[in-house]
Amino acid sequence: MSDVLILNGRLVDPASGVDAERDLLLRDGRVAAVEMPGALKGVKVRETIDAAGLVVAPGLVDVHVHLREPGQTYKETIATGTAAAAAGGFTSVVAMPNTVPVNDSVAGLEWMLDAARGACVKLFAMPAATFGSLGEEITDFHELQEAGAVGFTDDGKPVLQERVMRRALVAAAGIGVPVSQHAEDTRLTGGCSMNAGPVAFRLGLRGMTVEAEARIVERDIRLLRDIERQDGLRPHLHVQHVSTAKAMSLIRAAKAEGLHVTCEVAPHHFTLTDEAIGDYDTNAKMNPPLRNDSDRLAMIAGLMDGTVDCIATDHAPHALFEKEQEFERAPNGITGLETALGLTLRVLHKGQGMKISRVIGLMSAQPAGIVSLEGRGMLKMGSFADVVVFDPAAEWNFEAKRSRSKSKNTPFDGASMLGRVAYTLSEGRVVFRGQVDGLPGQQQPRSATFH
Amino acid sequence: MKTSGYAAGSLLTVADLPVAEIAAILAATDRIERMSDADRARMLAGRRIALLFYESSTRTRTSFELAAKSLGAITTLVSDKSSSIEKGESLKDTGLTLRALGAECIILRHANSGAPYLLAKATGLPVLNAGDGMHEHPSQALLDLRTILARVPGLDARRVDAKTLRGVTVVITGDILHSRVARSDAMLLPKLGARVLLCGPKELLPEDALGLGSAGNTGSVEIERDFDKALKQAQVVMMLRIQRERLAGLELDLGDYVARYQLNEERLMAGAPSALAMRLVMHPGPMIRGLEIAGEVADGPNSAIEDQVRHGLAVRKALLVRALGVGGFESVTV
Repeated sequence: MSDVLILNGRLVDPASGVDAERDLLLRDGRVAAVEMPGALKGVKVRETIDAAGLVVAPGLVDVHVHLREPGQTYKETIATGTAAAAAGGFTSVVAMPNTVPVNDSVAGLEWMLDAARGACVKLFAMPAATFGSLGEEITDFHELQEAGAVGFTDDGKPVLQERVMRRALVAAAGIGVPVSQHAEDTRLTGGCSMNAGPVAFRLGLRGMTVEAEARIVERDIRLLRDIERQDGLRPHLHVQHVSTAKAMSLIRAAKAEGLHVTCEVAPHHFTLTDEAIGDYDTNAKMNPPLRNDSDRLAMIAGLMDGTVDCIATDHAPHALFEKEQEFERAPNGITGLETALGLTLRVLHKGQGMKISRVIGLMSAQPAGIVSLEGRGMLKMGSFADVVVFDPAAEWNFEAKRSRSKSKNTPFDGASMLGRVAYTLSEGRVVFRGQVDGLPGQQQPRSATFH
Repeated sequence: MKTSGYAAGSLLTVADLPVAEIAAILAATDRIERMSDADRARMLAGRRIALLFYESSTRTRTSFELAAKSLGAITTLVSDKSSSIEKGESLKDTGLTLRALGAECIILRHANSGAPYLLAKATGLPVLNAGDGMHEHPSQALLDLRTILARVPGLDARRVDAKTLRGVTVVITGDILHSRVARSDAMLLPKLGARVLLCGPKELLPEDALGLGSAGNTGSVEIERDFDKALKQAQVVMMLRIQRERLAGLELDLGDYVARYQLNEERLMAGAPSALAMRLVMHPGPMIRGLEIAGEVADGPNSAIEDQVRHGLAVRKALLVRALGVGGFESVTV
């Protein structure tokens, strides 16, 4: 018997428009019943979760993670990365292809998605848009989609050549998946390690300009328009980790024009600015870089007004020895799976008054829609039993050393979070049990903080 | 303050150096200068100082080395050309090795901005930044300050406070973008009231440079792209080396640059009221005669270029004494 009852919780399911007390029955990995409180009393199950005072929501979906396997398992593995995902309330993650070797073949994709890798939440993948992510020749989209690809990207790098990007958009349009673009004109960012501006000047570091991001976004939007007119196709461009006001307004205009463009913003880009680099803190180094405060505020404005389709972490683990280097030599990227919900609730819900249902939408139904994950990002009868149960009022401080990720490279060590995950269920299985004060039967974490 | 967490006596940046600390360093410089050679050689007798140089350097390295030796310290030079650095050893591990060998202080020259912070954090030792990438060259700024105090008429070198350089305008001209000296000077001198005018074409001097200014300063940092206009207001002019390759990369015409920004006699004297006729000429070196500076000016009566080198030696003695917590710096905390 694999049944689970979740009772007395506040169900927040943006896909069905529910934000009210409901009891849930999960059976055989699916949602078997969504009922008024008390209606499921007496149903025999293996486990009953008392969610009184807690939010019950569709498991979160992250369309942008780096799990480093194969090839860099000293940084992360699919098992440790998905464990971190579960701890953060995520039940579906989309792995980027910049592994070693690059995920650009059916064999590679199948290996990655194989159950033997030990993913504890549902793993999806976006294989490379071009062979070796070299930006020259597009991969076999059709064949890769058959094997499970949910989109294509050369993430970490842009598809720089216009004719190659055009070909990728056309091929993806034919099979109804997005091309996910890392928007950076690398011809403008050689030797750069942070955002261009007064902080970079003071630190003596070369800076990436706003134009380097905007130029690629601008070009890709033009390609969408051209393809719609000339080829009669409707390609889907997904702009990854938008970080500048300029790119945000280009996307806003493209949406108004009716083009099929979606975008994501990472929590660090709406919580931090380049000042966070301080004394060359390599845990505040990522690409795109932390920008200035007007860019940060533009990310918030885009999230509030609906220009932004989803929040994605760009979870990018790196080993300590790699980050303990000169700033310019340290690799780009920070972990993000375990801090995304806490930061988003703090900054967007508490700080900006965004409703919890919209926060959940940005982190579940909407990202699931971008990559067309059927039956996920929602809690309706028959959908997958991917659930996060969290305390929306819990205030706590994240501790990097407690992370499930193999790596601890985060600028949010010690940062205050709002909202704490109590349970994460993937297809009906409890894959994470949190430590929430006041929950009966829960271990209190305090005693473990001695060192 | 951000430097907390680094060993006392470290000098990684001038940005967070309080005016009182600047005054203490200059006072110690004077004290050490007045000592007999024998007394001075006892100050750091037997103390171990490592010079870790990842970039070639003539004056800074020699200056620190001679300063350390004159104080009686034992020095060792590690350069990237003849060490495990060549084999790919990390900065952290090189630092830990030096510490294990008994180094009590490390003087670091490095091509990456911020490298001294990494070394200071990794070793817990006092680290003196002898130039890191495009970031800073703190000892250069302190020696520049001492040179200005000694050479500009009417300044009271014994009273170093937030008003000491009030009324003094310093022009820094050239490749500000790539210059760690410009950054350190532009952050240090306005703490004492100086007005710093940065001068150069926008390719070498972006508006972002104004971020070097700080609201807490009694002086200011401004941009004046017209060199002649800037000169007319200045008591001090600092020239920076121009690298031909950089101009080429930025598609700047060398001839045009020289015409607009070279410091020559005609320009130095033009329109100068008599009081400014002794306008001080400085250059951190290495200089390219005939490019950013005319040879006659470098060798002329206004030039303080060799004074700078002498003050460098003096100031660095004080910085080493401070780093090792002796000679009046026993209770230094940064």
